[in-house]
Amino acid sequence: MSSTAAVAVHGAHGEHHELSFWRTYIFSEDHKMIGRQFLFVALFMMSIGGLMAMLMRLDLAWPDTQFSFLKILPQSLQQDSAITANTYNAEFTMHATIMIFFVVMPILVGCFGNFLIPLMIGARDMAFPKLNMLSFWVSAVAGVIMMSSFWVPGGPAAAGWTSYAPLSAVPLYTGVDWGQNLWCISIIVLGVGSLMGSINYITTIINMRTKGMTFFRLPLVIWSLFITAILLLLALPVLTTALALLLFDRMAGTHFFLPAGGGEPLLWQHLFWFFGHPEVYIMILPGMGIASELIATFSRKPIFGYRAMAYAMAAIAFLSWIVWGHHMFQSGMDPALGQGFMLTTMVIAVPSAIKTFNWLGTLYKGDIHYTSAMLNALSFVAMFVIGGLSGIFMACTPVDMYIHDTYFIVAHIHYVLFGGSLFAVFGGIVYWFPKMFGRMMNETLAKVHFWITFVAFNCTFFPMHILGMGGHMRRIYNPTQYDFLKPLEPVNMFISISAFVLGAAQFLLLANMIWSYYKGEKATENPWHANTLEWSAPSPPGHGNWPGPVPVVYRGPYEYSSPESAEDYLPQWQPVEHATAAD
Amino acid sequence: MTATTAKVRPILAAQRRGGYRDGGGDEREQQFIPSGLLAVLMLIASEMMLFSGLIGSFLIFRMSAPFWPPPSLPHLPIQVTWVNTFVLLGSAGTMYLAVRAVHQNRQRLLRQWLVVTLVLGVLFLGIQGSEWVRLVAHGLTLRSGNYGGTFYVLIGCHGAHVTAAVIWLAAVTAVAVRGRYNARNAAGVERIAAYWYFVCAIWPVLFVLVYLM
Repeated sequence: MSSTAAVAVHGAHGEHHELSFWRTYIFSEDHKMIGRQFLFVALFMMSIGGLMAMLMRLDLAWPDTQFSFLKILPQSLQQDSAITANTYNAEFTMHATIMIFFVVMPILVGCFGNFLIPLMIGARDMAFPKLNMLSFWVSAVAGVIMMSSFWVPGGPAAAGWTSYAPLSAVPLYTGVDWGQNLWCISIIVLGVGSLMGSINYITTIINMRTKGMTFFRLPLVIWSLFITAILLLLALPVLTTALALLLFDRMAGTHFFLPAGGGEPLLWQHLFWFFGHPEVYIMILPGMGIASELIATFSRKPIFGYRAMAYAMAAIAFLSWIVWGHHMFQSGMDPALGQGFMLTTMVIAVPSAIKTFNWLGTLYKGDIHYTSAMLNALSFVAMFVIGGLSGIFMACTPVDMYIHDTYFIVAHIHYVLFGGSLFAVFGGIVYWFPKMFGRMMNETLAKVHFWITFVAFNCTFFPMHILGMGGHMRRIYNPTQYDFLKPLEPVNMFISISAFVLGAAQFLLLANMIWSYYKGEKATENPWHANTLEWSAPSPPGHGNWPGPVPVVYRGPYEYSSPESAEDYLPQWQPVEHATAAD
Repeated sequence: MTATTAKVRPILAAQRRGGYRDGGGDEREQQFIPSGLLAVLMLIASEMMLFSGLIGSFLIFRMSAPFWPPPSLPHLPIQVTWVNTFVLLGSAGTMYLAVRAVHQNRQRLLRQWLVVTLVLGVLFLGIQGSEWVRLVAHGLTLRSGNYGGTFYVLIGCHGAHVTAAVIWLAAVTAVAVRGRYNARNAAGVERIAAYWYFVCAIWPVLFVLVYLM
């Protein structure tokens, strides 16, 4: 009652002036604008992270060679136009750090999470729009801190994205002083931003669903973001603990991780991977959610085993807390403990296989539309299977002893993170671009981008399995130093050339986005004939998402080819006389 | 756009104040937990993981150390900290009384218990601070091995949380003094109460582990 009165009072005040430029585009509290901001920042960071990868591949194909065009880069990335051991360390560290913390997480969680959650659950905005804005800007500050480390004396962090202590704890060991401190500070700040975001997501999903939108009518991408937000909420503080202790070691003279003063180097690994393994699923679960949306929509079939899909994601999330030791088989950990971690890790294959089976079950006898979004989603499934299978190799302690710290691991992580998460991102961008910007992306260009990326991706990362089996260590800047790696140099050369093609192909995506933003075909409300709630809003939706009342939900999100509808889709918001009673 | 904005603003504001959900046709349903309180509960869950990391690290050092405290370093002040523990636990009790007062719409009582809680919180911090000064004077610093390091990091982290809670409580008390809270509008008090209980509840754990064990 008091609330209704408050609405009336506020209504009388109702602002009738347009929001200023700053409030609309920069300090926006609108979840859709914040989602777009995350998208743009993440794409920018992707170009930096990609540059790091290109520099690494350049060096691995032609080690210790001078290239005059490298001169334009800051001193921390090249010395005398060549990539040296030190700059290579900085490059692989920053490549992983940027790609994980400033590309994949911001796009999947920041962009798609912000943009989709209110639209898909039927809310006008997030539960806390101001907190949402703050979350973006805190994350942006973290990005600026991280970027600034390229220009500090000693260069950016160079102890790997895992920053193992004591390597990372003593400036002398890597020759990096402020770079590593800034790295720690940046990620602590990012953690705060992420905390704000995840609190917002969880609250919004629990409290702001529209009428009829029960938990088991939520689209799977919302389920995945919900579970991801819970993982973020609980995992990042542990990393914050580890980073704070590391900072104390570096700056205040403590010895938490330094054996010389009675510290425990393994403690860092335990804390880091206790965060690190949930982090792995933070980066793949939203990808799984996006793929589920795309596969159901373009197979024109209900998702196979909806509840099993949701439960499988919850199971993966739960298991992610008890598997971290599989990153540490080679750390001198008790082998008996290692066996326990081996078993829990292998159990993760079960929910993952349930998901894969259900995607295939959805495709089975479907009316498959090979749009570019669907191609990306299909390759998500295929690449995730390859990455998942190589994961089982590593989960086996005896096998891991051999392939640990080799390129086999590099191949695995990229099959899951690029082949998995990034293909889902590409698919998601094509699919939701019309809703985000009101225009369709160019389908031909998107398909060309997909095929070049798909082929170049596999040419780049599949041979890395072979390198790893050949004993090629990761994180070395010059493999030709070792006689037994010399025969593998042609493979390295092939990988590098493929990687350049892969990198160049991403400009097609960028060009397509820019071209389509201005010249693309105007999008209708529901261009894909999809069922979920965001397609009932205008493209792009205005402030408050729906000009009229928020739609009511009558059914689950995947009622494709339903006999109750003349068309092959039956949107969640469309009432059907006899269907409502049965549901 | 403008018309939509004008229509949406009050709905969003009402949602933020909590208690209502914007349903189809702008129907509203009572929420299970108001959004603001839910957010604080999640913040607490996240903080618990932060403390779990610190406590886990502390236990690793504590369990593997042959002598704790190392012979040359001062023992922690147990008696004063017992008193301080009761101060903090007492403040949780007065906070509970404040919440009860606001639910009963008793303004004077609410203000009184909020101020008492605030005073107890500041007293806790004051005693902690003076003990720290004494410990540093006796030679226990952040650099005194892992004994000093874990003590200052763990207890300091708790102290920082109490400080944040005190600042938050001061802001809530200022609002309460102006009589803004009542039985229907008690969310602000409930939120700080949840956080206050958390910083009080985690203290006995730290006290037992760091001081008594």
